[in-house]
Amino acid sequence: MESVYSYFKMYALSYNQEYQIKGGRELYQQLIEGVAAVYNKALTKGFTHNHVILNERKMTKIMKQVKKSGPLYLLLIPSIILLICFSYLPMYGLVIAFKDYSPSLGILESQWVGFKHFIQYFNSYQFDITIKNTLAISLYSILVGFPLPIALAILCNQIRVGTFKKVFQVTTYLPHFISTMVMCGMILLFLSPSTGLVANVLGLIGIDMPNLLSNASLFSSVYVWSDVWQHVGWDSIIYLAALSAINPTYYEAATVDGASKLQKIIHIDLPLLLPTAMILLILRAGSLLNVGFEKVLLLQNQLNLTGSEVISTYVYKIGLQNFQYSLSTAIGLFNTVVNIIILLLVNWMSKKLTNTSLI
Amino acid sequence: MEALMKNKLTKKTRTHKNLQDRLFDLSVYGIAIVMIVMIVYPLWFIIIASFSDPADVANGNVWFWPKEWNLAGYIELLKQEMIWRSYLNTIIYTLVGTLIALAVNIPAGYALSRKDLFGRKWISIFYIVPMFVGGGLVPTYLVIKNFGLLDTFWVMVLPFAVSCFNIIIARTFFKTSLPETLWEAAQIDGCGTIRFFFTMVLPLSKAVLAVIGLWTAVDIWNSWFNAMIYLTNENLQPLQLVLRRILIANESLLGFSSGSLASELRSLSEMMKYAAIVVSTLPIMCLYPFLQKYFNQGIMIGSIKE
Repeated sequence: MESVYSYFKMYALSYNQEYQIKGGRELYQQLIEGVAAVYNKALTKGFTHNHVILNERKMTKIMKQVKKSGPLYLLLIPSIILLICFSYLPMYGLVIAFKDYSPSLGILESQWVGFKHFIQYFNSYQFDITIKNTLAISLYSILVGFPLPIALAILCNQIRVGTFKKVFQVTTYLPHFISTMVMCGMILLFLSPSTGLVANVLGLIGIDMPNLLSNASLFSSVYVWSDVWQHVGWDSIIYLAALSAINPTYYEAATVDGASKLQKIIHIDLPLLLPTAMILLILRAGSLLNVGFEKVLLLQNQLNLTGSEVISTYVYKIGLQNFQYSLSTAIGLFNTVVNIIILLLVNWMSKKLTNTSLI
Repeated sequence: MEALMKNKLTKKTRTHKNLQDRLFDLSVYGIAIVMIVMIVYPLWFIIIASFSDPADVANGNVWFWPKEWNLAGYIELLKQEMIWRSYLNTIIYTLVGTLIALAVNIPAGYALSRKDLFGRKWISIFYIVPMFVGGGLVPTYLVIKNFGLLDTFWVMVLPFAVSCFNIIIARTFFKTSLPETLWEAAQIDGCGTIRFFFTMVLPLSKAVLAVIGLWTAVDIWNSWFNAMIYLTNENLQPLQLVLRRILIANESLLGFSSGSLASELRSLSEMMKYAAIVVSTLPIMCLYPFLQKYFNQGIMIGSIKE
């Protein structure tokens, strides 16, 4: 789940090309023209001979192009088959959110029930808890996890000693490659209230260690700050790339004007990082209801459950542990729809405010 | 006189500025060093704790160097047949899964990068939609169940091999670094698309192959959730699931047959936790500094704008 976010982030910078592909527009026009021609033919029975030839020419042109792209389609086929099987077929499976799915009847035969499962979820006491926790953890992560990589990139950019810079980068990226499983194992070991490393360090200065993981209200802090420890370096790479692309003449001009280093950061670095930051923020907002599911699930225990049950863990428990397939699918669908709405909203706002947008 | 004063004044503000900058530099390096320590120390602690006496670790006597050199954790861990089997499973999943992912994603990226691909926009949309909309947990589970993939080797390497994001990365790479004239020249020489792809494109795109291969490999190595829901057969479990039993579920893999005291067993399983972290993470950590170049390269490839 976490990697999905970083994937999106990388994607953010290459998205521009998606919407600049011209071939598609041509195809669309050709299709429109083709349809128009067929309509003409049907409506005006006395069509001219000329018309038909033109139409046929267009069709053979399309056929020719398809034929020419044949080998390219061959290269696409394996991924298309896998996508149809494992991405698009499950999307079709979403209809069970509106049905009473039973495995013996299958998807088609199951009874339609409309919005029953959605209403059931909205009325359940778990609705408040899961929404509240999901939003709390998510907003907390954005609040902390969004500015810190920017700060780190600026910091790293200020280091002038080459070898030290390299060491700094390598060490800050290092924790990113620890698996979620091991990370959670480390959190459990270090935060153990009696024998953990943190307890021992606090013991040196005479502070008693609270049991962070059995306290529901502290769960989000444990989650967010351990995430910062693990990913802040990696998340800063994209900003570092943006910083290295800044034209050095800006800095030279600022030096001539007598700007201090701090002033250069405030007046050059920050404004030039804004577009990148905005796009990343939009994408992040788009996954507002997607909390790093694996980590939450692993750190969850009976004692912190009221602070750690998020939508995705609830979907998992309802669906694959309690076998309420339809209810689980409905909650998941609700999650996706809300995410898309938020993405579009933030995108629209950002377009109005800073002229940066995704779509 | 006035000029001299002015000169002095500017000099004064300049040294003031210099002082400010020097303080700034000092705090930059200070913060950087603190951060390095905060990141490296926990990792170092895991390593020394895995070699130390568990009682010393629990009582806070281990700080910078192993105390009472002790290898019991490693010995007990490596005695477990389960560890070896799951380690081997993970290696196989990673190798096969990465190969499949490359075989599927790279050709797609190349095809999408070609301007003469007919209907390119619609095909692109076909690849982008799954990045934002998915079937979700249960429908995906049902599909995989219906394909009969539950509890098979293939469920770990095949269904999620397509990565739309990696396809876009590859496409961007081909678009920007393969000159179009190359394809035109090959065409004149009578070379077809497929042959061109295998004899020209692949050898020229080692960078993007390395990047996508590495990302995929790390992802597969670290993944556990799919294994948890789709595999019940213990013989197929990857390393991360065994780690889950040791680290999260706090399950002692030691049988009670050893006849030792409960407290002894508990401290031994604590040691095994540290050892398990080291054993499972060390390979990637050791490889990483050498591969870092490629990881960073990948991000640059992904962010190139036309």
